[in-house]
Amino acid sequence: MLIRRPSDLRPSEITSPELFHGRRRFLQGALAAGAAAAFGLPAVASAGEKLPNVVKSPYRVDEPLTPYDAVPEYNNFYELGTGKDDPQRNAARLKPKPWTVEIAGACEQPGRVGFDDLIAGLALEERVYRHRCVEAWSMVVPWVGVPLGQVLAKYKPLSSAKYVAFTTLMDPQQFPGQRLPVLEWPYREGLRMDEALHPLTILAVGVYGEVLPNQNGAPLRLVVPWKYGFKGIKSIVKIEFVEHEPRTSWNLAAPDEYGFYANVNPAVDHPRWSQKRERRIGDWLKRDTLAFNGYGEQVASLYSGMDLRKSF
Amino acid sequence: MSSVRPTNAAPTGLKPLVFLLCLLPLGLLIWRGFEAGLGANPVETLEHATGDWALRLLLLTLCATPLRQLSGWSWPLRLRRMLGLYTFFYASVHMALYFTLDLELDFYMLGNEVLKRPYLSVGFLAWALLIPLALTSTDRMIRRLGRRWKSLHRSVYVIGVLAVLHYLWLVKADVREPLLYGAILIVLLGWRAWRERRDRKGGRRSQAVRTV
Repeated sequence: MLIRRPSDLRPSEITSPELFHGRRRFLQGALAAGAAAAFGLPAVASAGEKLPNVVKSPYRVDEPLTPYDAVPEYNNFYELGTGKDDPQRNAARLKPKPWTVEIAGACEQPGRVGFDDLIAGLALEERVYRHRCVEAWSMVVPWVGVPLGQVLAKYKPLSSAKYVAFTTLMDPQQFPGQRLPVLEWPYREGLRMDEALHPLTILAVGVYGEVLPNQNGAPLRLVVPWKYGFKGIKSIVKIEFVEHEPRTSWNLAAPDEYGFYANVNPAVDHPRWSQKRERRIGDWLKRDTLAFNGYGEQVASLYSGMDLRKSF
Repeated sequence: MSSVRPTNAAPTGLKPLVFLLCLLPLGLLIWRGFEAGLGANPVETLEHATGDWALRLLLLTLCATPLRQLSGWSWPLRLRRMLGLYTFFYASVHMALYFTLDLELDFYMLGNEVLKRPYLSVGFLAWALLIPLALTSTDRMIRRLGRRWKSLHRSVYVIGVLAVLHYLWLVKADVREPLLYGAILIVLLGWRAWRERRDRKGGRRSQAVRTV
């Protein structure tokens, strides 16, 4: 670059290792979470309603939150339309209550589980994560959810379970976007088992302390903060433990553009555009994108020995 | 349109009206910027809107000749220059927004991106090819260039193709909108190709009928 600018990243913006590794605080959080769980969760309410007993998790970045209105207004959720504001406009078509999730594959307790049972006994945690879209925009979102690992543990995965595959609801009545062959429906995503069990990976059921709006993937969606946003599959109806790497929707659509791993990586460009920089929603100018979206300290070890240019 | 009006005269007030209509998209963006808001991602809104309007105006410009040929009116040609200049105007605002807000006026980055990314190569080329057309749009230049003016301005067909490719290559999966613009472009260019072929085949036989 001819014009060098000081790094956009202020030290204060980097989540301190103390926050991530401070066992004392984390244990305090866990204790509080346990207390909240003891009260039990009331049947989950409708979008926009306040979620009770949310525990603030120490997993939070110290950066200004994306404006409250932007999160439900600016979405990629092709099932509700391919425009950024289509999902909000078509949100009422989706009926997230009641909701059943099928647990399948290599586990001791497969079956069909109601939404409330799925997260029963787990404390709702607020996690403030960076969210980086593959289109080079980003947000800072206060998700409310439960660690995916704790949900999966309930169904006792077998040792043959190497990956977890997720599927979105298939219903063109509720999801008119599924009538168009833009992607191969239903939307599918997947994680390697160690990624799924990583404490940063959550199933989100809310945002900004409220029940998840339909257009954000109600009633439950995946959030993997070190990966591009399209890994965060929405409105999940099936979780399957599998032995082999599952096929994923964007990878099926354009295998050379969207990999299975899809870790945020400024060093590996999308074939058609740069991933070096991103525009934080609300900003006029762009900022540098961080490796693993700034979560390298926590997750880089998952990929040691791998060529991240090949496994992009 | 009234049939008593001489066909070569534009309907009264049409030119100022079209002038103002072409300014409307920009005015709307400015008004939204100050009053109603430009959505969650204002930069994207501005870049997409100015790009959309550059392409729409380009297609409108290309409508002038077929419209004249179909209707016999000559006034569409009197609007063609203005539509063409507005195409260049919106394309330039589109470029300026990208260069300022995405690249922060970094010329090295601009060169790098334009060479590396096919969708930017064709987009940049489309804009660059508009410059000579805008510069030679004056009456004086038309007179000075004579026959060569027409050949030069035929590059607008290539610009149209480049502009549609620019759009097509930047979308992720939903190609409906760029394909719609592409289809319109194919009709407009196809019409010209068909006329040309017909004229060449028909030779002198239809010459007398065609020439007004």
